[in-house]
Amino acid sequence: MSEPLLNLKGVHTRIGAYHILHGVDLQVAKGEMTVLLGRNGAGKTTTLRTIMGLWPTAEGGISFQGESIASRPTPEVSRRGIAYVPENMGIFSDLTVCENMLLAATGAKRAEDLDAARLEWIFGLFPALRKFWQYPAGLLSGGQKQMLAVARAIVEPRKLLLVDEPSKGLAPAIIQNMITAFRELKQTETTILLVEQNFNFARQLGDQVAVMDGGRVVHAGSMAALAEDDALQQHLLGLSLASHQ
Amino acid sequence: MISSTATVPAPEALPKVKTDLLPLLLLPAIALAALPLTGSFSTWVTLTFAGLAMGMIIFIIASGLTLVFGLMDVLNFGHGLFITLGAYIATSVIGRMSGYVESPSLVRNLMAVVPAMLIAMLVVGAVGFVFERVIIRPVYGQPLKQIMITMGGMIVGVELIKVIWGAQSIPLPLPAAISGSLLFGDAAVEKYRIIATVVGLLVFAVMLWVLSRTKVGLLIRAGVQDREMVESLGYRIGLLFFGVFIAGAALAGLGGVMWGMYQQTITPEMGGAINVLLFIVIIIGGLGSVGGCFIGALLVGLVANYTGFLAPKVALFSNILLMVLVLLWRPQGLYPVVKR
Repeated sequence: MSEPLLNLKGVHTRIGAYHILHGVDLQVAKGEMTVLLGRNGAGKTTTLRTIMGLWPTAEGGISFQGESIASRPTPEVSRRGIAYVPENMGIFSDLTVCENMLLAATGAKRAEDLDAARLEWIFGLFPALRKFWQYPAGLLSGGQKQMLAVARAIVEPRKLLLVDEPSKGLAPAIIQNMITAFRELKQTETTILLVEQNFNFARQLGDQVAVMDGGRVVHAGSMAALAEDDALQQHLLGLSLASHQ
Repeated sequence: MISSTATVPAPEALPKVKTDLLPLLLLPAIALAALPLTGSFSTWVTLTFAGLAMGMIIFIIASGLTLVFGLMDVLNFGHGLFITLGAYIATSVIGRMSGYVESPSLVRNLMAVVPAMLIAMLVVGAVGFVFERVIIRPVYGQPLKQIMITMGGMIVGVELIKVIWGAQSIPLPLPAAISGSLLFGDAAVEKYRIIATVVGLLVFAVMLWVLSRTKVGLLIRAGVQDREMVESLGYRIGLLFFGVFIAGAALAGLGGVMWGMYQQTITPEMGGAINVLLFIVIIIGGLGSVGGCFIGALLVGLVANYTGFLAPKVALFSNILLMVLVLLWRPQGLYPVVKR
């Protein structure tokens, strides 16, 4: 196997007195969507935040394109081409949709500086953003905010997208829109590491899957294999549920 | 707001964005309520201009403080030092240009006052640079230590000012062309108060322009809301904060010059005395909000002047009372930006 785009080896993260990640091993191959599954508190969000440098790596290594990014300052990690869509979406509610997008575009000082063709493509994925372009983002619905969060992450081509639970709290119709948008995004060969709890959502999109529990990756393989193997699903979900109770 | 691209059509019929004008309406409401109480229209005009001028100067001083808190949760109780230092620097500059200050020509007066303001802003900005590096930076994220060390920094700074300029108060007379009053009917309005009001409005307009029309302004507004996300987008929030801190210090220096000229005398304790007022203003306005700070400062200025005339004993705690009433109405201030 060639060198993965993102490689986590034995990553430990401690937040104050709490030891959250206990040696995470995870590889994300270029051009693929890897889905990180697991119950609440398994360490999925912490894994993304540790990659972004929002929490320091206590032990272990994180390499991106072969270079270490462990505990590097967040702006530096971002400038290497990694975009992050956090669980709370990170929308600047007092700024307009346009201004939210501008902030994510390197060197763009005005809306006119944004790549018009790419913007049209994004509007194709998320038509509501065109409609609410000059509206304060705080007025958008939950689904529209999630669309804006993803759109902001792809306003410029990125090498890797880290997306944390994009289906959380969304209505089924909006989830279907989101699946369609991610499918189109996958066709551009964008590499994506997606954190999800919704297995139905995840299996429609993922190429690879890693299941976390107790701050470790307890299973890694292809999504197709997991989707077809009811026993394995039962085993992994059963494991998660059992440890959750 | 930054304009949209040519490729983006105008939005279809969409619900109107509600603008919260209630806090803004407080200003005319309080002014109109004071009108019958003051007894005469001319007295009301004089008091209103005095209140607006005072409010504008407080706004200039406090605007940096609210952004500094909004961006990094930094409680800088040493802000008063920048005010005092600005006033002393300007006094030294103006003292060396007495010929210009005493001239009846407004142009010659401004040739002394404007450089004094600019030099004060420059020096105080440089002191702000050192203050942030040496005093603030080691205590990021530690509010209790911030309060103690910034107050300590101010005490040391004030003592140094006493060493350089002496502990006694120093007169800072207004330049000849700016002193005196203009008569509007029976109402006498001090020329300096009109100038202070105009300067305050200019500073507010420039800040609004920077915040709404430039990328740096966009970053400041975003950083006040969610600094972690700003970092995740590739921007160094620490650098942004550093720049805002220095600009805020320079503005406090300018405010110090104006406050000194407003009082026409300066003392080493002048900054410390106004410090509490600054925190009242930024709490009333809503932490991190420049617009809220502007309205809060004008409210404080107006209320202080009206109560000072109508009920001097009430004036002693009128600002605290105002803050309590505003917080009972809006617990997070008039226009809160920081919600963490």
